[in-house]
Amino acid sequence: MTIKQCLIAWLLCLPLSAQAAVVIQNWQTPQGARVYFVESHELPMLDISVDFPGGSARDPAGKEGLAQLTHGLLDQGAGGLSDTEIAHRLADVGADLGGAFDRDRAGVTLRTLSSTAEKTAALDILVRVLQQPEFPQAVIKREKQRLISGIHEAEADPGTVADKAFYRALYGKHPYAHDESGDPAAIERLTRSDLQTFFRAHYSAPNAVIALMGDISRAEAEAIAARLAAGLSKSARVAELPQPVSAPVSDVHIAHPSTQSHVLVGAVGMARGDPDFFPLYVGNYVLGGGGFDSRLMKEVRDKRGYAYSAYSYFLPMQEAGPFQLGLQTKLDQTDAALKVAKDTLRQFIAEGPSEAELTQAKSNLTGGFPLRIDSNKKILDYLSVIGFYNLPLDYLDTWVDKVNAVDVAAVKQAFARRLDADKLVTVVVGAVGAR
Amino acid sequence: MRSMWGIVLALAVGSAQAAVTDVTLDNGLRVIVQEDHRAPVMVSQVWYRAGSMDEFNGTTGVAHVLEHMMFRGTKAVPSGEFSKKIAAAGGRENAFTSRDHTAYFQQMQKDRLELSMQLEADRMANLVISDELFAKEIQVVMEERRLRTEDQPQSVVYEHLMASAYQTHPYRRPIIGWMDDLQNMTGQDARDWYARWYVPNNATLVVAGDVQADAVVALAKKYFGSLPARALPTRKPQDEPVQVGSKRIVVKAPAQLPYLLMAWHAPTLKDWQKDTTPYALQILAGVLSGNDSARLQKSLVKTQQIAVNASAGYDAVARGPSMFMIDATPAPGKSVAALEQAIRGEIERVQREGISAAELARVKAQVIAAEVYQRDSLFYQAMQLGEYAIAGLPPEALAQRVDKLRAVTAQEVQAAARQWLVDDQLSVAELDPQPLKPQPHRAAVAGVRHDN
Repeated sequence: MTIKQCLIAWLLCLPLSAQAAVVIQNWQTPQGARVYFVESHELPMLDISVDFPGGSARDPAGKEGLAQLTHGLLDQGAGGLSDTEIAHRLADVGADLGGAFDRDRAGVTLRTLSSTAEKTAALDILVRVLQQPEFPQAVIKREKQRLISGIHEAEADPGTVADKAFYRALYGKHPYAHDESGDPAAIERLTRSDLQTFFRAHYSAPNAVIALMGDISRAEAEAIAARLAAGLSKSARVAELPQPVSAPVSDVHIAHPSTQSHVLVGAVGMARGDPDFFPLYVGNYVLGGGGFDSRLMKEVRDKRGYAYSAYSYFLPMQEAGPFQLGLQTKLDQTDAALKVAKDTLRQFIAEGPSEAELTQAKSNLTGGFPLRIDSNKKILDYLSVIGFYNLPLDYLDTWVDKVNAVDVAAVKQAFARRLDADKLVTVVVGAVGAR
Repeated sequence: MRSMWGIVLALAVGSAQAAVTDVTLDNGLRVIVQEDHRAPVMVSQVWYRAGSMDEFNGTTGVAHVLEHMMFRGTKAVPSGEFSKKIAAAGGRENAFTSRDHTAYFQQMQKDRLELSMQLEADRMANLVISDELFAKEIQVVMEERRLRTEDQPQSVVYEHLMASAYQTHPYRRPIIGWMDDLQNMTGQDARDWYARWYVPNNATLVVAGDVQADAVVALAKKYFGSLPARALPTRKPQDEPVQVGSKRIVVKAPAQLPYLLMAWHAPTLKDWQKDTTPYALQILAGVLSGNDSARLQKSLVKTQQIAVNASAGYDAVARGPSMFMIDATPAPGKSVAALEQAIRGEIERVQREGISAAELARVKAQVIAAEVYQRDSLFYQAMQLGEYAIAGLPPEALAQRVDKLRAVTAQEVQAAARQWLVDDQLSVAELDPQPLKPQPHRAAVAGVRHDN
């Protein structure tokens, strides 16, 4: 229950949608924190998330891992309470403190019962964790060791090795290039002062996006948001990240003692709020986002039995996130599977979807719309994305119409603008000769 | 699971709301409905009481292979069409196989339940398993095994430990099957499995969401009611003999860090009203690792710093027996043996001194809150109803689960630890990491860059 779990990457590529029934209230606190609130009294519980632009892309050069370590330390001693007191006080009222961490965002989430005693105790902890983390020396030493061990443990996993190599190859010197968890040697060197400085600069009120969902009134939501924001630092909003440049064509092979090759193919894709978002999102459903409806799944898995999973996605981030196509296959059919996947991509870029495929994609996306907002948790996630990426408040209301407005020509043009089948990064982990 | 991208299973605990409809049609199909009107959606799940524990040696993994073949077509709905029709209706669908069951689900807008039932009823009775499509799909399943087991050192450890801890019970076999059995499986094996278990009297339909129970039952009658019941094979108990001494294995696999997995035989819930031990063991798991400073985290990770991670787990609901498990990764420079000693120390402390009133109250508070939180997930509510049904437990057992947990005393927790967490019931597996050593690089071609 430490603040370490990362958002699953594909969650971020989900489009935002909502029924008319979801009414988002939005305001700013005097300190500049942006607040998003949906009132719902059906369940006696409250969900809160507070996000900051404190993801791994904010690691200073040579301090890769600082953002992750800072995030992980927030609830390990704060506001005069030890890590154990924090964990016990939360558990005593059945509250869950969690977090999200990726290249863009560092966030803290709280889920609590909305009954007064439980809510009061849980909010008290949230306030301390966000406003007064203490970063005790002994805990820093311990958590550095755990973070480094986690990095080493993941080195056995060919999927993780491939993912890290993919971002390195795609982003070169851009801050998206290094892995979210950082670099063991750099982590060793981090000091308490590094953490305090990073915390003050990034976990500030002007940087904060507060989302609340559940069983409280507007007045109470305002009071909670005001209390959270009032004790944050006043550091100005962080500067924008540099824009990524297109990656040079590269073909990376990493030997690994696995039975499968993990294959990733991609390019720099799009940012959040990109005007091509809908054509790319809907089009990618046909290519590799629609599960068993997608061309990649049909060609790689159903027709040939090459892989269990074959997919593609655009991951929209603060700056242009990746387009990624992936599959895993036994070593001796790596080349054959890679060829099928690349041919499928090449053909899709050249020809786009058929009318029938596009109709199917739109039917699924618009027909599945209510499933995207059928729980407090899902709505909270969307509030957080809207706030963090500055998406328009009516984004939810217009989502279905925007999906429906996509046509074959728009998909074809958008893909042609973003992807060149001759300019891709390819990563293969496992590869021939590994066994 | 047919696809890992389909769902993310939460490990929430707690019971579903009251007012569950539970009826059995004339042909033996059981229908369980949980109304929940928060959002205009529903989830529909068909559970078959046929999982890997019902398999025989030589065809392990066939339950899961059949799950894959269920998407490969009937006469009326050819291969791929099931998924296509659900997708066109805005649905999400997938399936999952466990030791105890195989289940198929669709999540859709509430007014599309009829489509889901129509398609599920069709493939309950009319599946066509061609040798040609089987040959493709078995390759997919072998890739799934490579992805999830062969190349995941901790999964390899788990698989070996189960095969060692159980001497005779079918839980000793992996759900996905041994690779050699997959390599030698035939379309006929899948057809035999389907003929044996895919009948209405071996199935439970669970529907949860913004539906009317009466209407759901009427629809179930309309689509499943005409499917004939068939006699099921006798299920042998295959009870595991009492373990007569601890077991210990070492598993070598490429990895950077060692890993330790300990498992004690433990009971499951059978008589939900009279049994007390399964509830006590659930509380014990919470005391040991239910929060970030529960005993294992506090003692091993934070104070002694002998582990970088440690957790305990126990599942009370299953058709067969259970295990109380603890897993941990040693901190750099600490041995697996020292870590095991430290874990044993924590177990002995519970056995000797019991647990505190504060610890007991803390775990109960979490159980009570989790029951509320769980209502935020329709899917998980349906999952629990299905799991209880498959395990032979009535919906009342689920409805009263929280009350039963609240009634657990500190003495019962201590007694359960003393009775079950003993060496003679213990199996220990250690991952002995082998180098991820650099291998000969692929023959270089122009423009190819090598990393590592």
